[in-house]
Parts: sequence; structure tokens; C-alpha cells
Amino acid sequence: MKTADLINALAAEPPPPPLRLGRRVALALVLGAAISAALFMTALGPRHDFGAAAHTLRFDLKFVDTLALLLPSALLAVRLLRPKARPGALIAALVAPFVLLGGAAVVELVVTPADLWMTRLVGTNALHCLTLIPLMSIPPLAALIVAMRAGAPSHPALTGALAGAAAAGAAATIYATNCNDDSPLFVASWYPLATLVVVAAGALAGRKWLQW
Amino acid sequence: MRAALAGDEAAYRRLLEEIGRSVRAMARGAFARARVGDADIEDVVQETLLAIHLKRGTWDGGPRLAPWVNAIARHKIIDAMRRRGVRRAEPIEDFEATLAAPADEDPHVRSDIERVMQKLAPRQRDIVTAISLEGQSIAATAARLSMSEVAVRVALHRALKALAVAWRSATQ
Repeated sequence: MKTADLINALAAEPPPPPLRLGRRVALALVLGAAISAALFMTALGPRHDFGAAAHTLRFDLKFVDTLALLLPSALLAVRLLRPKARPGALIAALVAPFVLLGGAAVVELVVTPADLWMTRLVGTNALHCLTLIPLMSIPPLAALIVAMRAGAPSHPALTGALAGAAAAGAAATIYATNCNDDSPLFVASWYPLATLVVVAAGALAGRKWLQW
Repeated sequence: MRAALAGDEAAYRRLLEEIGRSVRAMARGAFARARVGDADIEDVVQETLLAIHLKRGTWDGGPRLAPWVNAIARHKIIDAMRRRGVRRAEPIEDFEATLAAPADEDPHVRSDIERVMQKLAPRQRDIVTAISLEGQSIAATAARLSMSEVAVRVALHRALKALAVAWRSATQ
């Protein structure tokens, strides 16, 4: 087939409806997170002292952390869906969760006596944290990858990894309502580890399914 | 592109022809620099045009189209060169099959797209052939295959998407 013949076929196709990548990705994220939240509510639900905990700084800080991961990675993933996209200043926002976690951990080390450090770091839910966050990331990550297949990322693995970070952020936000360990020492140790698993899964998924 | 996305078929055709010419030049240059022969440049051009067509929604509508086109072309050219590197390591039987093909045939007969077309469902292949090789309109094809125009449009779109997927997997 000559190139001119192929052009015949391409030109015969009517134009597609406008592609709203941002909206697509946002919808996928909300849908995936809703599925995770529904499963979470039936199996676990938030912790019993949720109302009291919501007034403590350490508890609330967990949500600042997880949302600080979710928002920039989702926005950056959307941007990278277009060929020739540049990450721009958004890439700087990706360090926000780490700065927050690191800063909070330092403050926690200052305000708590040294003999409590290990107890707080190890906590009581480390295994829960490491399994539940990756598990609850599956629905949002899957939804994101499906939605993102409409895009054309120049770096599929990186874009998939960012989708993984966003999915982990959503899952961690839901999980944090149940987790009893609020110390920044615990959060800074285990949440990133759980996130890393999802980021790696996202990168693999991106390489496999976001190629075009 | 703006006119094309608004449904101007003639403008789209002119645009694709123009893009084809610049992609061909780009691919020639890249292949020459990498010291690989440019016998299947046309395959790269076709694969790039198909990608541009299928991903035309990802153009952000900004003032310049060229950076977007170049990014897609570069992506596809690099892909194609990588695959050429892999192809050299293929088992010998495949090589013999290639060498055995008559040399005086029209080069287009052996092009990737012909092989990839074999992977389409028969009905899809009919539609692509009618519209591309025979230059028929969607309406005429619909009448000949006694399908609705919408069905032909959907089938054509699916066929083009399948073509892009098959292309990637067949030559990888």
C-alpha cells in the first residue's frame, strides 16, 4: 500500500470528538477511588475514635501528606499525556510530600522522648499499611491506565509511575482514616514504602499499556 | 489541523501529505546518521501518519503544530530504528525468507503495512482496502457492503487502531 493510499483512508475518517484528557483522568481517579473506598468501608471502615482523632494535628497531617502526593502526581501525569509535553514547575511540587514528611518527622523527634522513637516508628499497623495501600491502589491505578490510553505520552513508564503515585495517594488517603498510627515517624517510614510498590507497578503498567 | 479537526477533509488530506513529506525527510536523515539503509523509510512514514491520525486529539490546539508533529515522528522513528537493531538478531530462517523474495517486485508489496493488514478481520480489511486503495468514499463502501455508514465508520476506526497495534507487535 502506498502512503497516498493510506492517507485516503485516514482522511475519510470524520474528526473525533474533542479529547479532554484532564477530565478523563479526573473521572477515572474519582471512580477508582470510590471503588476502593466502598470496599474499604465494607471490610474495615474508619477507626472507632475517628471523631476525636480528627481534631489532632498528627492525624490531620497524614491527609495533608497523602493529598500532597496525590495532586501533583495526577496533574503531572495528565500533562505528560501529550507528546512534546514538558513537566515544568510541577515537577518541583512532587518534592512537597517528602519535605512535609521529613519536616514533620524531625519535629516529632524533637518533641518526643528518645525511648519512644522506635515504638512510634514501628507502630502497630506496619504490615496493614504495606498491604492495604497497594491493594486499595489497584482500582484507581487500573482506571487511570485505561483512561490514559487515549493519550500519547513520550515517556510511557514515567507517566505510568506518576499514575501509580496518584493511585497510592488516593489509597493512602482512604487507609489513613483507619490507621491508628499517626506519628510522622510511622508515616514517613511505611507510607513511602507502600507508595513505592504502587509506583513500580504503575511504571510497569505504563510500559505495557501506555505505549502507542 | 484546526480545519481538519473541524471536519475539513480536503484540508486534512493536504496536511497529512505535507506531514508525510517532512517525516520522510526526518526519517531519511535519522537513518543516514545511524548508518542504516533507508529501504523501508516508507513504513516509518506510514506508521507515523497512522499515529498522528489516531492521536490527533492530543494536539493542544496551540499556535504551532510542528513541535507536536516532530515529537510523534521522533517517537516513531526511534521505535523503528530500535526494531531494526533487533531484527538483525533474528533467526536465520526469517532472513532467508526475506532474501528469497524477488528483488524486482514493487517494493510496496513487501511493506510492513501489507503484512500487518493480514492480521485484520476480513471485513475490516475489505473496508480499509476499498477506502484506501480504491479511493472509495465511506458512503460508497457502505452501499457496496450493505452496511450503514456509521458501521463502516466504526469498522474503519477499529481497523486503523488494530493496524497500529498489530504494527507494533508484528515488528517488535
